[in-house]
Amino acid sequence: MDIVLHPGAITGLLGATPVRAEGYQGLDGLQTFLERRSDDIQQMMIDHITVVALSVGIATVLSITLGLVVWNHPIGRTIAVTSTAVILTVPSLALLAILSPLFGLGWGPTVTALVLYSMLPIVRNTVTGLREVPAHVLESARGMGMSPTRVLLQVQLPMAWPIILTGIRVASQLAIGIAAIGAYVAGPGLGQYIFKGLSSLGSLNALNYALVGTVGVVILALIVDAVFVLIARFTTPRGLRV
Amino acid sequence: MSDRSNSIFPSTAGTSGGVSIELDGVTKVYPGQGVPAVEDFSMRIEPGELVMFVGPSGCGKTTTMKMVNRIIEPSSGSIRIDGQDVLHLSPDQLRRHIGYVIQQIGLFPHMTIADNIATVPKLLGWSKTRTSQRVEELLETVQLDPAVFAKRYPRQLSGGQQQRAGVARALAADPPVMLMDEPFGATDPITRERLQAEFLRLQAEIGKTIIFVTHDFDEAVRLGDRIAVLSERSRIEQFDTPDAILAAPANEYVASFIGSGAALKRLALLPVTAARLTPVDGSSRRPSVSSTATLRDALDLLMVTGADALDVVDEEQRPVGRLGHADISAALTPPERVEVGTP
Repeated sequence: MDIVLHPGAITGLLGATPVRAEGYQGLDGLQTFLERRSDDIQQMMIDHITVVALSVGIATVLSITLGLVVWNHPIGRTIAVTSTAVILTVPSLALLAILSPLFGLGWGPTVTALVLYSMLPIVRNTVTGLREVPAHVLESARGMGMSPTRVLLQVQLPMAWPIILTGIRVASQLAIGIAAIGAYVAGPGLGQYIFKGLSSLGSLNALNYALVGTVGVVILALIVDAVFVLIARFTTPRGLRV
Repeated sequence: MSDRSNSIFPSTAGTSGGVSIELDGVTKVYPGQGVPAVEDFSMRIEPGELVMFVGPSGCGKTTTMKMVNRIIEPSSGSIRIDGQDVLHLSPDQLRRHIGYVIQQIGLFPHMTIADNIATVPKLLGWSKTRTSQRVEELLETVQLDPAVFAKRYPRQLSGGQQQRAGVARALAADPPVMLMDEPFGATDPITRERLQAEFLRLQAEIGKTIIFVTHDFDEAVRLGDRIAVLSERSRIEQFDTPDAILAAPANEYVASFIGSGAALKRLALLPVTAARLTPVDGSSRRPSVSSTATLRDALDLLMVTGADALDVVDEEQRPVGRLGHADISAALTPPERVEVGTP
C-alpha cells in the first residue's frame, strides 16, 4: 500500500490535480517507469557525466594555459576575462543553434558549447590566483635565480591551485546544468528525458520523463560537488592547508 | 657537479669566503621620473665585510642594494663582484650565487622548509644526497633542529623561525655575497636582538661579503663592520666604521641620524679593555665587571652601584685592573684628539 500512497503524496505536493482521465497516470507509474528504463537512465547519466567531464577537462587545459599567458598583461587579461564573460551571456539554446550548423548534431556542438561556457570561471580564477601570490614570494623566487617560467610553474601555479580548482568546480556545476540543454541538438545525457517530457506534455509519461531528467541532473551535480571536495583535499599542497 | 663549475666568481672556486663588491657611478632613473632614485653611487666593499646601508625610507638604499643582483637594473654605471661585471652575467645565473634575504622572507608556503632551502641547490643541479646533506647542515647552522623543522611548512613556524629558515635558504649554495633587506625588521624587539646576535656569530664563522639595508641606526652600529649613512638619491653622507661615525659625524645630517646618546652608543661598541686600566693590588670590595663586557656595561654598573671604580676581572675572577669614570671618558677620546683639545 505504501507504494500507492507515496506517489500520491508527491502529486499533492506539486499541486497537480490528480487527473483520472484514461491513459494518464500522473506519477503513479514512476516506479514502473524507473524499473523499465533503468538501463536507459543509467546510460544517460554516464553520458551526461562524460560529456561534462570531457568539456570541463578541455576547458581546464585551455583556460589555465590562457591564464598563464595573460595573467601579467593588463590588456590580454582584460580581453580574456571579458570575452569569456560575454560568451556566458549568450543563451545556451541560441549558442547551440549557432554551433549546430558548424558541428552537426550530438556530441560536437554540446561539447563545444560546454567548453565555451566553462571557460569563464576557470580563466578568471586562474588569473586571480596567479596574481594573488604575494609580491615578496615572487621577489624572493626571482632573487634566488628562478626564471620567470619556473616561478610561474613551480611557485605561482601550486599556490594558485586551490583558487583554480574552485573555478573548475563552478564550471562543472554550470556545465552539468547546461549539458541538459544539449539535448536540443541531440546531445547526450539526461536532457533527452527533459526534452522528451516537455515535448510530450499531457501524455502518459511526460511528467516522469521530465522529473527523472531533472532529478538526475540535481543528483549528478551533488555527486560531482562532493567529488570536488575530495579532489581539493588531495590536491591542495599540504603547506597551504596547515 | 663540482664546486668549481657552480661558482661564477673566480676567487670563490672551492672556498666559501667573501669577495669584493665595487659599485662605480651607479645611477638609477625610473622612466617618467626626472629625479634619479640613485645618483652616481660609488663604493668599494672589501671581501668578507659587512656593510650597512642606513638611511630614511625612500632614500634609495634598497634600490641601490637591489641593483647588485639586478632585481633592479641600473640605468648607468658598473657593478663588479670579484672584479666581474654583473651586467655581463645572466641575471638568473648571477642571482644563484648571491644570497638574498628580504624583510617579508618570502618562503614558499606550499613547500616544506627543507624544500625551500633546497631551492638554489636544485637550480644548480646538485645531487639529491649533496642537497639533503647541505639542508641538514644549514638547519643546524641557523639553530633549527632538522628532525623537527625539515618537514614542516612555513606557516607552522614562528616569525623568528621563518627568518632563520630564510637565512638558511639564502646561504644554501654557499654564495660569497649576501644581500639583506631589513631582514629583522618585522620581528619583535626580543627576537630581533636574538637574531642579530646569532647573525653576528654566523657571520664570524662564514665571513661573507654582506650588504645589509636597515633604517635602524642602532642595528647598523651593532652589526656593521662599516656603515654607509645615505640621504636622498642614495648620496653617501659618511662611510666609515660605527665607532668613527659615532665619534665624528661628518655633518649635521649624520649627527641627526645618530640621534642622542652617541657617546653611550660608542661605549657599547668598546670592550672594557679598551680603557686604560689602573693596576690593582690583591682583592678589594669594589664591584667587578668581566673583561669581556663593554664599557657601557661597566658604566651601567657604576651608575647602579654608585661606586667610584670597578674591578675588571678575567674569566677566573682574577682582577686585572681598576676602571673609573675618568677612564671610561678617556676611552671615548682618541689620542690624536686629545692633543687637539689640549694646546
